Amino acid sequence: MKFKSLTMAAAIAASGLAGLATAPSAFAQAKEQFFPVLVYRTGAYAPNGIPFANGYVDYLKLVNAQGGINGVKVSFEECETGYATDKGVECYERLKGKGATVFQPLSTGITFALTEKAPGDKIPLITAGYGRSESTDGNVFKWNFPLTGTYWDAADILLQHVGKKEGSLDKLKGKKITLVYHDSPYGKEPIPLLQERSKMHGFDLQLIPVTHPGVEQKAAWLQIRQNRPDYVFLWGWGVMNSTALKEAVATGFPRDKMYGVWWAGAEPDVKDVGDGAKGYNALALQHGAEPNSKIVKDVLAQVHGKGQGTGPKDEVGQVLYMRGLSAAMLAVEGVRRAQERYGKGKVMTGEQARWGYENLALDQKKLDALGFAGVMRPISTSCADHRGATWARVHTWDGAKWNFSSDWYQSDDSIIKPMIKAAADKYAAEKKLTRRTPEDCQS
Amino acid sequence: MLYRENGQFKTSYRADQAVFPIAQDRLAIGLILAFAIVVVPLVAPEYLFRAILIPFLILSLAALGLNILVGYCGQISLGTGAFMAVGAYAAYNFQVRIEGMPLIVSLLMGGVCATAVGVLFGIPSLRIKGLYLAVATLAAQFFTDWAFLRIKWFTNDSSSGSVSVADLKVLGLPIDTPVQKYLFCLSFLIVFGVLAKNLVRGHIGREWMAIRDMDVAAAVIGIRPVYAKLTAFAVSSFIVGVAGALWGFVHLGSWEPAAFNIDRSFQLLFMVIIGGLGSIMGSFFGAAFIVVLPIVLDNMPYWFGIPIDTALASHLTFMIFGALIVFFLIVEPHGLARLWSIGKEKLRLWPFPH
Repeated sequence: MKFKSLTMAAAIAASGLAGLATAPSAFAQAKEQFFPVLVYRTGAYAPNGIPFANGYVDYLKLVNAQGGINGVKVSFEECETGYATDKGVECYERLKGKGATVFQPLSTGITFALTEKAPGDKIPLITAGYGRSESTDGNVFKWNFPLTGTYWDAADILLQHVGKKEGSLDKLKGKKITLVYHDSPYGKEPIPLLQERSKMHGFDLQLIPVTHPGVEQKAAWLQIRQNRPDYVFLWGWGVMNSTALKEAVATGFPRDKMYGVWWAGAEPDVKDVGDGAKGYNALALQHGAEPNSKIVKDVLAQVHGKGQGTGPKDEVGQVLYMRGLSAAMLAVEGVRRAQERYGKGKVMTGEQARWGYENLALDQKKLDALGFAGVMRPISTSCADHRGATWARVHTWDGAKWNFSSDWYQSDDSIIKPMIKAAADKYAAEKKLTRRTPEDCQS
Repeated sequence: MLYRENGQFKTSYRADQAVFPIAQDRLAIGLILAFAIVVVPLVAPEYLFRAILIPFLILSLAALGLNILVGYCGQISLGTGAFMAVGAYAAYNFQVRIEGMPLIVSLLMGGVCATAVGVLFGIPSLRIKGLYLAVATLAAQFFTDWAFLRIKWFTNDSSSGSVSVADLKVLGLPIDTPVQKYLFCLSFLIVFGVLAKNLVRGHIGREWMAIRDMDVAAAVIGIRPVYAKLTAFAVSSFIVGVAGALWGFVHLGSWEPAAFNIDRSFQLLFMVIIGGLGSIMGSFFGAAFIVVLPIVLDNMPYWFGIPIDTALASHLTFMIFGALIVFFLIVEPHGLARLWSIGKEKLRLWPFPH
């Protein structure tokens, strides 16, 4: 390389670095409520990450189209994590300096990393339907909000459902249940609950991990074929779900004996398998696919109708799109709630928004007004309970669409509460934290 | 002009053996260190620390460790992520199981455990070399991935397999703010950098290089291959282990085995190759290239206010990054460090080249 081009390269590199150093300050802090959006539109999990991100962003656009949060405009910026923890941490650092209201990492691994950082930065974390189960305990996890349910709830509800199918939970004695899980914190979260329940009811629990990204499951399904479990629970995400269904077809495992968690029950998971997935069940995190709900009509009219929609129009209302939409709704409603205390029409800081998430009171009337009638059940949080609701249903794929196939279930708090308490205490002891006092709850 | 050496005469062996024999080099290094220690903490914003500088420092340290093994001793290793993981989990266990364990001691003990594992997996290097060895070190990667996912004891019975540390303190001083973390990592890097530089200049480094260049000839002139290879594995895994512990403790705070998966091993190997095999300086260049460049590319559209789809931006980053790697390797197969030394050579003659 010539000296001239060398100096040129050095100059370019230096200017790049200088830009990096000044970048965050270059953004003026406008009078807008800023929502960072961690997404993954690339990588192994993109097929499931994209609809979620589209729904999330579309809802924020809808809020603006409807005049903002009590007049406060919403702004947002996406950051691509690729489902990788270190990329997620980088995104968090990049976006938090811009006045972030709340982070929703959409990855249990990133949630774990950010749980350590959020208290220091005073930014709340919403992990709607994922994250650490013990963070339900708001007295220890002040900044985490696993709204609408955790994996322990999910596992519990699945067991209740199969128990009901068998007649009662006690009939599970001697049955074989296999958990096929993504070998990461996400997939491992339900294990303690399942083990607890297996001790109680005497069913035989087998654990089969599947490594990232989940396309190699031949060995796992060979084991299932050998072992002939009565039920298979699937804790997968992305391509792992459709692979599992294809393997089930190949090994002849009946799909109606397969139950996915709510991240394993959306259109991208079953579309490729088509008819083969017929009869496959999955949990619905309150909502399923809701193409006829009012909120979907609003989005189609006020966002997509004006040519500002994100992603394809015909995916609006699908399961993961709705998940993103309702996650964004929770984020926005927390801010609206916080404004009731700290001043309507003002931009809330992360700390103020946190109070909003801790005191969410979304009753049926509010949900109806938002257009979420029939999509979600009321949800209310408190200092001690950062989860708010534990309702879920099961839906079944009929070859063309998801249909609800069960009644509402609620997880059994008599089992989960002590587990949460024990796990949260263990965390607090490791971190040398003390439980929050009643006064702190008011802050 | 900048590097004119007129008047710099070496009159003693001591002067001849100095780490930086040229006055300008000493000055430059001094200035860089002063800049890194004094100026950067004063001016840099938090984002720069947390997202770029701290990962850069820690991965430079890991690249430095790997460079000793691959660059100086010629033993190709694909198990760097594994040794980082051993360092991180061992340090974690020392920290949580022994009450009042000082942070630095547990980090160093993490390095010691990584050394033990490194030497163990280095034993095959006595019989096999080159690509075969690379495949053998892969075993280390898969083994540690398996062990830290499956053996509950290592993660202190964490149900999710993810561990976390908090409350980092050194001699009563908290390691909490980005500046403190940065300085903490920087001091490790400086100490290990100086140690590594001196090791590779000394007799042991010469043995490593002799083994790398031709092991049979090295054995003939009296170098014991067993000793040379295993010491290279030991020193390398020690540094890599400490880097892994820092990555877990200081950068992530909470981690799972995926933080040290095979991608990390490849990333570090690329750093060493692009930065320059067998060059301490190259480790830093390589780390900078691999850590900083993708983030710069990722951010480019925002700086210039170009509205661009997130997915497209991320794909573009991959493409440009890949193209740049190919470009640099074609233009200078010996890595960025070689470019640096060419630059220095030219500066010695500038402005009157021959």
